[in-house]
Amino acid sequence: MKAPERYYDFQKDISGCGVFGVINRKRGLIPGDMPIKAMACMHDRGNGLGGGFAAYGIYPEHADKYAFHIMCDDKRAVEGSERLLRQYFDIHEFEPIPTRKTLAIPDPPIVNRYFVTPRDGGAEDMLDMPEDDYVVAVVMKLNTTVPGAFVFSSGKDMGAFKGVGYPEDIADFFRLDEYKAYIWTGHNRFPTNTPGWWGGAHPFTILNWSIVHNGEISSYGINRRYLCEHDYLCTLMTDTEVVAYELDLLIRKHGLSWDMAAKVFAPPFWDEIERMPEDERELYTALRYTYGSGMLNGPFAILVADNTRLMGLNDRIKLRPLLVAEKDDMIFMSSEESSVREVCPDLDRVWMPKAGEPVIVDVED
Amino acid sequence: MSERKSVTLDAKGIYYKQFNETIREKIREGYTDFVLQNVNGQRYIGTGLEGDLKFEIHGVPGQDMAAFMRGPTMRVHGNVQDGLANTMDAGTIVVEGLAGDVLGYAMRGGTVHVAGDVGYRVGIHMKAYEDNVPKIVIGGKAGDFLGEYMAGGIILLLGMFSGKPDAPIAGRSLGTGMHGGVIYVRGEVPESVLGPNLHTQPADAEDLAVIRGLVEEYASALDLNAEDILGENFVTIRPFSHRPYGNLYVAT
Repeated sequence: MKAPERYYDFQKDISGCGVFGVINRKRGLIPGDMPIKAMACMHDRGNGLGGGFAAYGIYPEHADKYAFHIMCDDKRAVEGSERLLRQYFDIHEFEPIPTRKTLAIPDPPIVNRYFVTPRDGGAEDMLDMPEDDYVVAVVMKLNTTVPGAFVFSSGKDMGAFKGVGYPEDIADFFRLDEYKAYIWTGHNRFPTNTPGWWGGAHPFTILNWSIVHNGEISSYGINRRYLCEHDYLCTLMTDTEVVAYELDLLIRKHGLSWDMAAKVFAPPFWDEIERMPEDERELYTALRYTYGSGMLNGPFAILVADNTRLMGLNDRIKLRPLLVAEKDDMIFMSSEESSVREVCPDLDRVWMPKAGEPVIVDVED
Repeated sequence: MSERKSVTLDAKGIYYKQFNETIREKIREGYTDFVLQNVNGQRYIGTGLEGDLKFEIHGVPGQDMAAFMRGPTMRVHGNVQDGLANTMDAGTIVVEGLAGDVLGYAMRGGTVHVAGDVGYRVGIHMKAYEDNVPKIVIGGKAGDFLGEYMAGGIILLLGMFSGKPDAPIAGRSLGTGMHGGVIYVRGEVPESVLGPNLHTQPADAEDLAVIRGLVEEYASALDLNAEDILGENFVTIRPFSHRPYGNLYVAT
């Protein structure tokens, strides 16, 4: 439930972040009201310093183009980002992201979206790059070279919407009640180690990948350096950013399955590996040796999505809550059962997945 | 004996703080028996309440239900989230569904019966003193770290009414660091899930009498047949010495 008026006069509660996700396996479109209501039910898991959503299937008329969502501090940042976009892309359509003025979101950045495709032949400094690598490189270049501008979404037929505020207020600001999607994820932030700023809100995205995270990635330093060696540059000052780039590196570039990527993030303990049959033992030993720098240490419950999939994963000793529920074609994943019941009171099945074991749900195509 | 007075409260759309204030106001007005309808995510229900009160809860209560509670009886017609019975002192809670993580953390007295599965870190840091012996009965299976750092009290794990047919009865690190109390398990426990240096022992006659008492209470609360539950071997897990960590930092 949404907090009542002047709730800030109440005593503060210490809390953690909250995550919610839903996927319709038949690609049935889910109105934005559902994830908004579910996140509002977990209002107290955040503190107003970050909220956001990712939605899949929202730009069907531009499904062949990369949808860039860019946030800018000022006009100069807008000009700088557009100059850079034109250098690398054909811009087919662009507009301010529709927003609503709301008292809860004071002083938002300028938010624009651009539907783009790489320019024929590519730009001189990025010749002969595979298309997705090219797009990733432009995102990195924009985030590191245009002061005050950040790309917060760069996938196809999907978009992230995020900022400083409670999730229900961010949804109100971005008019998410007007969108329909077959996968939604949502996040309510309670920043602990890093600033609560617009770029640092969840979800974090690159290409079609999105991630929302409750917890803390203590291995951020080593993960960040590992990614840097592979040309992914962290600029958003929040630990979770590394997961978005690791997904792209491990699954798209290295060809790991989602399941294996989950085992890189949350590997089995060595004593468990010892007890495995030989081929599995070899596999997990190799995985730990190869991707030691990609392992996520620290507590996490994460929801990861792309255009065909939703995955929930806990750290291997389950230091954050995660619940999965099923109703007909819909699968829900959430920090709290109440948030699911808020939007779907009758459920066919409810369970809490095992720590370190991914729950992967596909759309049926 | 004082007269009982009952009231039904609807939690739908009410913020937890105001809902709990209403409950306390009703207690001051002399109400003793509560039916809470449409509870969904409200935190701290029954937290810190004392005395002979009864609660029937419909819906999914939020985090830290019955924390620091001393005396009341609660029944949840559904599942509960994380942190149930945190540091609870006395009272009885029956959960008809499943329960989340850290149930009964540092619990010091009273009883919790959960019909189905429970999450991770259940009963960690439980403790007992003289007649105050906290008890947790779990009808389903448990996640990792059940009874970790346990200093007293009783956990009874049945593993019978579970939504996870393939999972072991308890997760890894069962009883790690325990130095008091006892964990009873119905059937077998794989050695690999036990915490360092812990072993299972068959339950003796004294243990079986305690187990029977708890099972009968659990079965009657959840309308099950106690004899069906008791028709299997039980094992015990106890600390491996009186002060297992006495020499961990400074030799004595």
